Amino acid sequence: MIFSNILIYFVVIPLVMLGGLFLCRSMNQIRTVAVIGSTALLALSIYLMFDFLHLRAAGADDIMLYQGSWMWFEPLNIHLAVGVDGISVAMILLSAIIVFAGTFASWKITPLPKDFFLWLILLSTGVFGFFISIDLFTMFMFYEVALIPMYLLIGLWGTGRKEYSAMKLTLMLMGGSAFLLLGILGIYYHSAPEGGQLTMNLLEISANDAIDHNWQYFLFPITFVGFGVLGAMFPFHTWSPDGHASAPTAVSMLHAGVLMKLGGYGCFRVAIYLMPFAANELSWIFLILTGISVVYGAFSACVQTDLKYINAYSSVSHCGLVLFAILMLNNTAMTGAVMQMLSHGLMTALFFALIGMIYGRTHTRDIRQMGGLMKIMPFLAVCYVIAGMASLGLPGLSGFVAEMTIFVGSFQNSDVFHRTFTIVACSSIVITAVYILRVVGKLLFGPVQDEHHLQLTDATWWERFSTITLIVCVAGIGCFPNWIAGLLHDSFVPIIEVLTK
Amino acid sequence: MSIFILCIPLFMFLFLGLAGMKLSHKLAGFLGCLGMGACLTLCYITSFTYFFGGDFINEAGERIQSILWNATWLQFTEHLTIRLGFLLDPISAMMLIVIPTISFMVHVYSLGYMEGEKGFQRYYAFLSLFSFSMLGLVVATNIFQMYIFWELVGASSYLLIGFFYKLPSAVSASKKAFIVTRFADLGFLIGILILSYYTKTFNFIDMTSNPEGVFGSFEGATFMGASVLTWALVLIFMGGMGKSAMLPLHIWLPDAMEGPTPVSALIHAATMVVAGVYLVARLFPLYLLEEASLMIITVVGCLTAFYAAVVACTQIDIKRVLAFSTISQIAFMITSLGVARPEIHEGLGFMASMFHLFTHAMFKALLFLGAGALIHAVHSNNYTAMGGLRKYMPVTHITFLIGCLAIAGIWPFAGFFSKDEILSAAYGNHWFWGMWLSMVAGLTAFYMFRLYYMIFWWKDPDFGHHTPHDPPVAMKLPLIFLAAVSCVAGFIPFGHLVTWNREPYTIHIDPVVAATSLVIAILAILLATYMYRKENPLPDKLADKFHGLWTAAHRRFYWDEIYLWITHKVIFNSICKPIAWFDRHIIDGTMDGFAKVTQWASCSIRGLQSGNVQTYVWIYLMGALLLATVTWLCLL
Repeated sequence: MIFSNILIYFVVIPLVMLGGLFLCRSMNQIRTVAVIGSTALLALSIYLMFDFLHLRAAGADDIMLYQGSWMWFEPLNIHLAVGVDGISVAMILLSAIIVFAGTFASWKITPLPKDFFLWLILLSTGVFGFFISIDLFTMFMFYEVALIPMYLLIGLWGTGRKEYSAMKLTLMLMGGSAFLLLGILGIYYHSAPEGGQLTMNLLEISANDAIDHNWQYFLFPITFVGFGVLGAMFPFHTWSPDGHASAPTAVSMLHAGVLMKLGGYGCFRVAIYLMPFAANELSWIFLILTGISVVYGAFSACVQTDLKYINAYSSVSHCGLVLFAILMLNNTAMTGAVMQMLSHGLMTALFFALIGMIYGRTHTRDIRQMGGLMKIMPFLAVCYVIAGMASLGLPGLSGFVAEMTIFVGSFQNSDVFHRTFTIVACSSIVITAVYILRVVGKLLFGPVQDEHHLQLTDATWWERFSTITLIVCVAGIGCFPNWIAGLLHDSFVPIIEVLTK
Repeated sequence: MSIFILCIPLFMFLFLGLAGMKLSHKLAGFLGCLGMGACLTLCYITSFTYFFGGDFINEAGERIQSILWNATWLQFTEHLTIRLGFLLDPISAMMLIVIPTISFMVHVYSLGYMEGEKGFQRYYAFLSLFSFSMLGLVVATNIFQMYIFWELVGASSYLLIGFFYKLPSAVSASKKAFIVTRFADLGFLIGILILSYYTKTFNFIDMTSNPEGVFGSFEGATFMGASVLTWALVLIFMGGMGKSAMLPLHIWLPDAMEGPTPVSALIHAATMVVAGVYLVARLFPLYLLEEASLMIITVVGCLTAFYAAVVACTQIDIKRVLAFSTISQIAFMITSLGVARPEIHEGLGFMASMFHLFTHAMFKALLFLGAGALIHAVHSNNYTAMGGLRKYMPVTHITFLIGCLAIAGIWPFAGFFSKDEILSAAYGNHWFWGMWLSMVAGLTAFYMFRLYYMIFWWKDPDFGHHTPHDPPVAMKLPLIFLAAVSCVAGFIPFGHLVTWNREPYTIHIDPVVAATSLVIAILAILLATYMYRKENPLPDKLADKFHGLWTAAHRRFYWDEIYLWITHKVIFNSICKPIAWFDRHIIDGTMDGFAKVTQWASCSIRGLQSGNVQTYVWIYLMGALLLATVTWLCLL
């Protein structure tokens, strides 16, 4: 029975929320539905995590737990197949936290609050669906479900050049999907040995190991680029600054916090896991590109004046580090990559939430027109400093553990090429400090720039709630990293196994 | 019990940081002092038990290195695990005396100094955070734990320098401090990565108890002509250079004086800035493996010591004079480690360095707190606003004088003993290092007494009815305590407590070296007395005569300008801006270009779908005709 599988509820709950939202009439009802739904998702994901750890401790050593598979379209052997390992559990938890915080951050969204939440919930359906799927087709479907609402969310509720940005973001990501579709079809037609039943199931494809090496050479770059676009890989990252700058607060949070993680997740779950031979052979090309991303994004962030642009470029740098670490193809670096995904997700969501809150008060995001906010809105300012410290990798917050795991992991590859790029990536810790402290110094400290700002008020209760949730998570990972590393550690063993075969 | 040494300050930070705004200033200050006092007591107990308890000496008479607890924090690979623990050995036990003592004094002093300041609770929260991080740094059991706390002290230093966040100068100084040390930490990090990759461990004890094994694990790996071990050690030392403000990464420390003065005393004179010395001391057995790395340390130390001493002679801001003096004195400690060899006076340099670290912490904190009392009294940092203060502020005067005598190295004050041993060690290595350091020691005595006379003698200014006076009791007590320590600290039998191989060692003062350095110091003081005791035109004349040199020294030999040029002109204008431009116009332009081309293409073929039936028929006929013609031509 399909509903006896816990994972299905990550899709069912948002769908029920959608139904509930259709019936809502007032703002309060909308909020009630959104809060109940997102709380339920959060609770469920926390339960899932503990249950998962419990099962693993009890000796369940399948690659994926909670597996279930239901035939969907027989002629092509497409299933709705679900299953999670430690990485997916971590990603689901991240998504639930950010949806939860995002709900509170958009407490007073106008106009059309109902429609806004409808699209937002649809987007999260796609996200959760993507992380629980182990069937390429359903995975791809949920991926698209997560992308399309973005167009409307930015186009309708955005600010600035919103139509342009919405169009740009959607088209570029759709371009990535086109590559991806091609890749998935290619994988599908080579998924089984001669005469066998073709399949879309990730685990079966990997077990069959039937994609021949010449095809891998072709399919690996296509899939990697397809997912890499969403992971803001140089040179396909330019949707990110414009898209983030125009998107409303909750959408920026969800997009940078979760959606960009779909890219990184897809890269190792599909591209590397299914095509290990090509991954070993071709990783150097992408290592160069992502290595460039890391420093390039950071340098670009140094001269931006719009808060959201700074953060978008910082995301390019941090997400570049995710892909960079994945391409190091060893357990430690990959664990670091997932930690970086978690860390970046929480931290950037926090950043975008704060920027949205500041923008809602000052009506500008230009750091040259602001200053001394510490005096005017101390709560938001302190949160911004904490977010900044997490971003520049202060121990005790999440950024540090993620980056250090990546660097130590990357350094285990002992050839000069990998070493050089590891050192280049390491240097980003200095550049990050430069742009973070530049913003903090200009925006929060110093004298008040604009006298009108003196009348502004500090955060309201829902804003406090949203930011504190995220800060607690950031500090939690930063202070007790071994626990999260333990959740992730075994999950890479199968991937490393196929890579070293 | 030892876990509370770290927990108490951490708890105080969280408590004062989260709930501080609800407390009154008095209560917050009292709680801060109480917490630090408790921590101080525990540290003293731990440290005294270690040195005098007898449990920590093995049969061979060596003091043992003992790990009191060690908890896994993050596991990277099979071998590489970050643990958070508590390592007790002579140098960490010594630091467990230095840090809480100074920190407690600063906590008490700040009750008076920071009275009524906005953000008083925040200030105490940050002080607690700093104490926590610094204690965590010195008791680190592995190099990564040290790196973690290394970053944390950097952050708390950032927060405290920028405490007066409304002042743009404080904000930019804090930013500068963080970024410069961050740059140095990059070297440290890469050094750690290299070292841990080859030795397969982060643990200090594993590395230092078996240096030959470490040496062997590198197996002659070389990079650009130097052994990889040298690279690792030099890169790690680079981290130390950043924190300890060695040339050329010293530029942040003078600016860091923008922070509240007690903070300068605690962080930027006594504790955090000696972290670099501590780091080298911690890994000293490894540094002994590579002569080249010790050579680099010595050269960096010597150059910095001289440079900072020369600059200190020309500064007007009293805190800047003290800052450069700190740089110069730390360079003494660094040099002392650089010249230390087991065969030279049985590793005297190591012991001397740690001894000087101890005594310097005391008298330099004293001088800074004294400077704080002066600034408190005259509301200016410049000695031009001072002069003749000896009559108005007797306690400050006497304690400051003791500090000056101690740093100048006059018997029987603390500085005499520690500096004398550094000089012996340097002469033992090579006469050149010894001469060099003796000269710098003379300069030290000169600029300190120049400062002293400019503040307390020089002229009899007219303060009107705003007469400066000695500070309140909360500020006086730390001054008196530290002055007392500076008088007697020299007689501590340091050789019995802290040595490089942890075996007790009897210090013999080399009479020749001691006499020379004493004579040099007295001559320098006499010169300063001649020049600065009474207001006279001689200093100005000299400055005019050597105008170029004086200006260059006053402007700190233009290091700040060089860095500004590099950061603004080179990095900002030639890297960041072009990259941002490239991104917007080339990369994004290409993406927009695709859209433009598509749009152009569709626009240009759009005309074909006009909806006009006549056009369609016309095109149909023409097409049919064309086909017919072609077919006919082909058939022909």
